[in-house]
Amino acid sequence: MSWLPAAPDFRVDLGAALESPNPTDRFERLAFLAQHRLGYLETLQLDRALCRQTLEPGFGFTEVRLAILASSTVNQLSPAIRVGGLRRRLMIDVHIGAYGQYRQDLFDPHSSLHLFAPQFVLFSMTAQDTIAGIPPTATSAEVDETIDRSIRELRSLWQKARENFNATIIQQTFLDIAEPLFGSYDRLVPGAPTQVITQLNDQLSKTAAQDSVLLLDVARASQRHGIDTWFDVGSWLHGKLEIAPEAAIFYGDMLARVVAAQRGLSKKCLVFDLDNTLWGGVIGDDGLEGVVLGQGNAAGEAHLALQRYAKQLKERGVILAVCSKNDPAIAEPAFNDHPEMLLKWSDISAFVANWNDKAENLKDIAARLNIGLDSLVFVDDNPVERARIRQSLPMVAVPELPVDVAHYVRCIADAGYFEAVAFTSEDRRRTEQYAANTERQSLFQSSGSLDDFLRNLQMSVAFGPFAGPDLVRVTQLFNKTNQFNTTTRRYSAEEVAQFAAEEQTVTLQFRLLDKYGDNGLVSAMILRPDPEQVETFEIDNWVMSCRVFGRQLEFEAMNIAVEQARRRGGKALRADYIPTPKNGVISELYSSLGFSTLNDTTPRGGGTCWFLDLTKYSTRSTHISRSGEAK
Amino acid sequence: MTDQEILCVFTQILRDLLLDDSIVLSMETRRQDVPNWDSFNYINFMVAVEIKFGVKFKVADIESFENVGAIVAETKALLR
Repeated sequence: MSWLPAAPDFRVDLGAALESPNPTDRFERLAFLAQHRLGYLETLQLDRALCRQTLEPGFGFTEVRLAILASSTVNQLSPAIRVGGLRRRLMIDVHIGAYGQYRQDLFDPHSSLHLFAPQFVLFSMTAQDTIAGIPPTATSAEVDETIDRSIRELRSLWQKARENFNATIIQQTFLDIAEPLFGSYDRLVPGAPTQVITQLNDQLSKTAAQDSVLLLDVARASQRHGIDTWFDVGSWLHGKLEIAPEAAIFYGDMLARVVAAQRGLSKKCLVFDLDNTLWGGVIGDDGLEGVVLGQGNAAGEAHLALQRYAKQLKERGVILAVCSKNDPAIAEPAFNDHPEMLLKWSDISAFVANWNDKAENLKDIAARLNIGLDSLVFVDDNPVERARIRQSLPMVAVPELPVDVAHYVRCIADAGYFEAVAFTSEDRRRTEQYAANTERQSLFQSSGSLDDFLRNLQMSVAFGPFAGPDLVRVTQLFNKTNQFNTTTRRYSAEEVAQFAAEEQTVTLQFRLLDKYGDNGLVSAMILRPDPEQVETFEIDNWVMSCRVFGRQLEFEAMNIAVEQARRRGGKALRADYIPTPKNGVISELYSSLGFSTLNDTTPRGGGTCWFLDLTKYSTRSTHISRSGEAK
Repeated sequence: MTDQEILCVFTQILRDLLLDDSIVLSMETRRQDVPNWDSFNYINFMVAVEIKFGVKFKVADIESFENVGAIVAETKALLR
C-alpha cells in the first residue's frame, strides 16, 4: 500500500472524526483517513469506527451490496473490503453466509442470501478439493477431466447467481498453496499439484471470459507479495482461513477496485509533472540536451520506463496529460525534439505548463477534458506539490512516489488506479478521439457561430437497439457515465442483456459520426412501458458521454426516442431526473427537451419527475443527419 | 522488555482494536472479562501482536492461552 501517504496521527485523527457532531463530516473524515497507508490494526480500527455510524453516509457515497460465497473462512476479509470501498467512496455492505453453506444459500430461495439481494457475488474457492482428487500419477487426460468438472460446477454456480440476483459475478482465482512434489520438474508432470492449479487458473480465465465473469486475481497478487504473505498455514489449520489475515488489506483494496471499476469509479487520466518525473533534471536550467533521459544511464532509463508504461496505459485507453511549472516555450518542444522521448506531443491530450498554482491547473485540465477531478491521477516527484494537491483537491489521486525514480512505475502500477472490467473498441481508440477533438476545437474557433460550427461538422447519428457486440460498451457507458446520467441507475451486463431481450422494452444506442471521424458509441437509453399506463413509456435511464456534449445529440436522440415510442403506440414519455453531485450539468435537460414536471410525483431515489405529451411533440430540427436506422 | 511493558502494549492494541479506551488489562485478565473481545477479535488481537512484536505464535498455543499473562509470557519467550 506504499502509494498511499502515511497517517502519522491516525489515532488522534480517528478520535477527532468520531467526536465530530455532524454525521456527514464524520463520514468525510473517515473517508479521508481511508486515503492513507493503513496497516492491519488501523484498518480494523477504521472499519469499527465506520460500522458504528448508524446514519446514512449521504451525498457522494454509493451503497453496494456484495455477497461472498466461499469454501473457506472469509470473515477476516470484511473489514478491509469495507475500508477499500470507503477509500473509493463506496459503502460496501458485505454478506457472508454460514461456513460451507454457500451452495444451500444459493439454491434456497428463503436463505438470508436471497433476502440480502446482492448486486455483486464473489466466489472464493480453494483449489484444495480439486487437487485432492488428482494423484500425481494422473494422466493429462484425467487431469483435464477433473478440471473440466470443477469448472463446470463453478459455471453452474455463476449461472444460478445470475438467475437469482442479476448480480455482477466475480470469481477469485485459485491460490497456489501446493508444496513442490518433484521440484522444478513439477511443471512437466500434469498431475503435480502446482501444475494442476496452474491449469485450473488457465481454464478458469478462458471460461470467465466466455461468461463475462470478472476475476479477482489473488494468484497474481500472491506472486507479487509472496505466498507467505497471502497464505499462513497456522491460520489455515486454526480456522480454515485461506487468505491470511495479514493479506486482507491487499485483498480488500483489490476487490474494492473491481467493484469501483464496475461502478465507473476507476481513474481515467494520468497527469504528469515534467522535471524529475518524465525526465531527470530541470529543462529550464539544463536545457534540452541536459535532461537525463534514455539509454546509457540508469536514471535516464528509469524515466524512459515511466514513459513506456504511460504509453502502454494510453494504448489501453487512459488519457495522458501534463501539468508542470515550466516555460511552455521550452517544455513543449521537448516532446518532439528530444530524440529519446517516447511520449510524443500527440500522446498528450491536455498540456499545461506555466507558473500558476497546480491545483488550478488540474482543474483546468479536468475541465478541458470534460472529466471529473476525481478521474485524475497526479504524478509529481515533489512532496510539497503532492501534499498541496491532496490538501486542496482531495478527490485527485496522488501516488506517494518513492524517492528513487527506479520504482516510479511499480508504485503507479501497484495503486491499481485504472482497474478495468472491459476493454472495448472505444478504449482502444480513445486518444485518437481526443486528438480529433482538438481538430474540432480549431474548427469551432474558425467558425463564425455555434450554428456554423455544428453545420460544418457534418454530423450523423447511427442508432438501433442494443446489439450483441456493443453490449459491453453499452454496459460500460451506463456504469462509467456520471455527468449526463439521468437516474444514475447502474446495470450489470446481465441486466443490460435482459433489457435488450425484453419484447416490450425499447433500447437505443447512438453512435455519433462527423467529418473528423467516429466519436464511437456515445449514448444509450432504455425506454420501458409503464405497467399501469400502457401508452406511456418511461425512460429508465439515459446516458451520454461527456465527449459529445453540446452537439445537439440530446435533441436528435429525443426525436428518435419519440419516433420509437410512437411506433409502439406510445402517447407519452415519463422520465426521472435524480440529482447526484455530478450530474448537475443536465438538471435542465428535460425542460429543454419540452418536458414538464409532474409535481405530485417523486421518483425512487428523490429528484424530479418529467412528462412529455407525444401528441404535441414536434420534431426538433438539428444539424445531425441519420446514417443508419434499425427496424 | 519487561512483563509490564508488554502488557502496556497489549492494552493499547486491544483498546485500538475495540475502540474502547476504558480497557485495562492485567496478567490475570481472560477474554470473557473484556466486553466485545469475541473469538473473531481474539484472532485479530493475536495477529496484531504478532505484527507488532515480529513474532509468530505456535498454532497449538493460540488455542490454549489461559489468560493475558500466558500470552505475555510466550511473547517474552519468543522475543528471547
